[in-house]
Amino acid sequence: MPDATPVISVADVQHLAGLARIALEPAEIEHLAGELNQIVDSVKKVQEVATPDVPATSHPIPLVNVLRADVVGEVLTQQQVLSGAPDAADGRFRVPAILGEEQ
Amino acid sequence: MSELTRWTAAELAEHLDAGDVSSVEATRAHLDRIAEVEPDVHAFLHVAGPAALTRAEEIDRLRAEGRAPSALAGVPVAIKDVLCTLDMPSTAGSKILEGWVPPYDATPVARLRAAGLVPLGKTNMDEFAMGSSTEYSAYGATHNPWDLSRIPGGSGGGSAAAVAAFEAPVALGSDTGGSIRQPAAVTGTVGVKPTYGGVSRYGSIALASSLDQVGPVSRTVLDAALIHDVIGGHDPHDATSLTDEWPSMAAAARRGKAEGSLAGVRVGVVHQLDGSGFQGGVRQRFGEALKRMAEAGAEIVEVQAPHFEYAISAYYLILPAEASSNLAKYDSVRFGLRVDPGRSTTEQVMALSREAGFGPEVKRRVILGTYALSAGYYDAYYGSAQQVRTLVQRDFTAAFEQADVLVSPSAPTTAFPLGEKVDDPLAMYLNDVTTIPANLAGIPGMSLPIGLAPEDGLPVGLQLMAPAREDARLYRVGATVEALLEAEWGAPLLSRAPKLGRPVPPPGFGTEPDGGTR
Amino acid sequence: MATGATDVLMDFDEALERFEPVLGFEVHVELSTATKMFSPAPNPAAPGVDSSVPNSLVAPVDMGLPGALPVVNAEAVRYSISLGLALGCSIAPTSRFARKNYFYPDLGKNYQISQYDEPIAFEGTVEVELEDGTLWTVPIERAHMEEDAGKLTHVGGATGRIQGADHSLVDYNRAGVPLVEIVTKPIFGAEHRAPEIAKAYVATIRDIVRSLGISEARMERGNLRCDANVSLRPRGQERLGTRTETKNVNSLRSVERAVRYEIQRQAAILAAGGTIVQETRHWHEDTGSTSAGRPKSDADDYRYFPEPDLLPVEPSLALIEELRAALPESPAAFRRRLQADYGFTDGEFRDILNAGVLAELEETVSKGAAPAQARKWWLGEILRIANQRGVEPGTLVSPLHVSELIALTENGDLTDRLARQVLELVVAGEGSPEEVVQARGLKVVSDDSALIAAIDEALASQPDVLQKIKDGKVQAAGAVIGAVMKAMRGQADAARVRELVLERAQA
Repeated sequence: MPDATPVISVADVQHLAGLARIALEPAEIEHLAGELNQIVDSVKKVQEVATPDVPATSHPIPLVNVLRADVVGEVLTQQQVLSGAPDAADGRFRVPAILGEEQ
Repeated sequence: MSELTRWTAAELAEHLDAGDVSSVEATRAHLDRIAEVEPDVHAFLHVAGPAALTRAEEIDRLRAEGRAPSALAGVPVAIKDVLCTLDMPSTAGSKILEGWVPPYDATPVARLRAAGLVPLGKTNMDEFAMGSSTEYSAYGATHNPWDLSRIPGGSGGGSAAAVAAFEAPVALGSDTGGSIRQPAAVTGTVGVKPTYGGVSRYGSIALASSLDQVGPVSRTVLDAALIHDVIGGHDPHDATSLTDEWPSMAAAARRGKAEGSLAGVRVGVVHQLDGSGFQGGVRQRFGEALKRMAEAGAEIVEVQAPHFEYAISAYYLILPAEASSNLAKYDSVRFGLRVDPGRSTTEQVMALSREAGFGPEVKRRVILGTYALSAGYYDAYYGSAQQVRTLVQRDFTAAFEQADVLVSPSAPTTAFPLGEKVDDPLAMYLNDVTTIPANLAGIPGMSLPIGLAPEDGLPVGLQLMAPAREDARLYRVGATVEALLEAEWGAPLLSRAPKLGRPVPPPGFGTEPDGGTR
Repeated sequence: MATGATDVLMDFDEALERFEPVLGFEVHVELSTATKMFSPAPNPAAPGVDSSVPNSLVAPVDMGLPGALPVVNAEAVRYSISLGLALGCSIAPTSRFARKNYFYPDLGKNYQISQYDEPIAFEGTVEVELEDGTLWTVPIERAHMEEDAGKLTHVGGATGRIQGADHSLVDYNRAGVPLVEIVTKPIFGAEHRAPEIAKAYVATIRDIVRSLGISEARMERGNLRCDANVSLRPRGQERLGTRTETKNVNSLRSVERAVRYEIQRQAAILAAGGTIVQETRHWHEDTGSTSAGRPKSDADDYRYFPEPDLLPVEPSLALIEELRAALPESPAAFRRRLQADYGFTDGEFRDILNAGVLAELEETVSKGAAPAQARKWWLGEILRIANQRGVEPGTLVSPLHVSELIALTENGDLTDRLARQVLELVVAGEGSPEEVVQARGLKVVSDDSALIAAIDEALASQPDVLQKIKDGKVQAAGAVIGAVMKAMRGQADAARVRELVLERAQA
């Protein structure tokens, strides 16, 4: 359980920006840290009534077993797939060198 | 302004059917109107001039052959830029999708086309539907036709303003926390958020998947119902789409209008949304509307919804969390903006592209959502918010035992001045206090105009809410209320809106005023 | 880049003396449904689907197009339940999809739809038969449904690997292929058999999914992928040691070698007072070693949450029982039955298991070959070529072609020597045995008139030999037979030639 008064530091925002893959400017990080503290301080109100006996709702209208028959349908053409590509080569999307590895 | 643009979709459809007017004429009239008022209103991001006229010609030909695809065939329609369209850019108001033309149509768009409606263009919105004023659009704010210095609401301010300014008779919107209903309220138009799953989300650029719902924007309850009937119904491409057989919303609206009475209808006033703290004129018009409904035979009851006060907090955790994931796809690999300074890694290029392509509100919510889902905080924030959702649903269930429909003002204030809240996210978020509970619970909601606030002369909206799957009830009650008020006013509220427009530009201008997307 | 070449390894027996290995496996199985997990695009892991044209099997949701939505493939759910049941698991009355959020260019949405805390199947056991016939029980933690990612090609580097590449190309054909990930609980007590158990476990999973008919299960094609977790703890220590996760282990042989390697590598580090870094390691088939990959860190914050675009899966008891009733016999029972049917001795049968060719052999027999013949080929010539090339025998040639080859020898069209030649050509990709025989004209000459002409000519040119045969010195016939076989370029049945030579000599 986090602290009752959450304090989101500049370093936290930096870390979150990394997770969210946004190269925030230092000034933005500074500014966001302040705003997020304010917002989180407000929305943490949910904890007041979220007692363990209350189940969570993830879908507003409960449905189950919405499944699709295993029948081949329409696919995009390669041209359609690549139509919005910022860069492509040999029928594939082209990206700069990748630093990390697949997970 | 051509008389044609004053007609409702229902009236236009009748004229088209009678052969008094062609779809080309109707489409051209709306394109001319767009050219006339867009410099002031800026409701559109893209205007489909030639394509719209071509389609209108086609519909006229089909009608001449007795093969009009539907009763609404030939009626022009505006489409919120959140919906994917094959032949028009779809940007969701974001720089990151500038110029992107999807290889497919959203289901609601495909259904409009199949029914022969003529898309006029794509309407402005807050970036990725995050906002209540369209000020967060990457392409500039839309202006409220009632007062150009004020917001048209958001996120669907473009669709609402287009309809209010007679640029289109009807439009599509999307509503995640009020993005159809709040703009309707502040522009004096009608907007409906259907039951979650009632209209397919396929092809609607996702903000928060468990809250988003596409719906109609119009000037009358009947027009909204006519569009709802076209776009609604099961779609196998959306797993959350309901398989229900839906009654005709248009029939419900016509019945409500014809009845003119609310005898036997229990109208529940949600105590927690009854307007304390709201703008004086909003409260006044809301009180008068209740009185009018009671006079028409409605039984007014007060209902309690003790957990609504937590709804906005839950919403601002669930929405950012889902959005942070939904917006991850904008990474410059497959489509959209790429910022590559050279000699960079893919990781750097992704982060730089997202930094440049997203506006401040999107970044704020994505970071907030990332926080709410991150290890160690999930239970405290996202988990708790999902529990509040259960409590809000229970409140609605209890309330609907006492009332057939629930009512509240659609928004706490009339249209506020552009710029007033743009730098105060929390104040902006509070605009949605009335509309959010319906999204959390998945129930249908409608906003319809109930007059002008005396202090500023700006429209006030009434929100009606019904139990899930009872959308038809909204149309029936809504049409009755609308008919009662119009009888009192002697004319639709929008007839009191200021005349807009500048000298009509030379012929030939007006189909593509900005050469496409701005 | 780090290579295994510099790793210090401890002798395997010594490592086992000092440390206890604890194993764990994550096996990904690509299901062979007609369409993908969440889209109606053709599934490249289904038989006969051509995925050679990049980005040609892509629906909007597979590449994460804005507005696109996933819908669950019913058949993939059935396959997953069947697999769960075959692993002895309980099937969850409610299971749910979740989003695993991380950015990577092969992931169109930048999240993977997977299952997190509510998998479709949980708590099972798999009986694994070891080389000496002992049964070993592997505890299963869970089996869950998820989608595969696209494929990256790294361009401009020396090695085709990610390190040093100039840029990469992305193909989303594989994105969205239905996967089941099978996760074991920690496996204790494997001791010196750890590498053997690893190999046998993966082989058993392969046999199970094949017998269920839910996956092509070709490791070399990535239909079945194994991540092997290895940790060591000093003898007597309760607490588990730090583990590494070795990826990219794409053959049964590699599974065995990779586990052995990690045990030896970790033991050397621990013995020298070092610590094991919790990390992903990559197996390199060529060097037979692992190299360090990405360290596990708190950056691995996947922010799982329930997938809002999808609804829970709640299989009915009736469906579960229907699928349970339709389960094929377990691989162990199947093996017992086959051994009896084929009349193989324990030793003979174990050789087949150890070579990992039981499924191939069974299919060959089902196509009409005699069990003994099928065994002879799979354990003989095919295994020889496979060992030479360091690949699995099943990757060289299909059971159908082997059965065809056997039929051609049985009916006398091919001699043994010719058949081996034909096999080489089939392996080289020249087509089916029939096609190779046709194209190369390798058929045994069985037309006696051609043989008789050749024999008469040979006898006439060697009158002294003819006389010897007539005198009853039958062994002299060898010289004539040799000449005739040479004249027929080997395409004659030597036994028949001998018969005819004796016949003509007496004529």
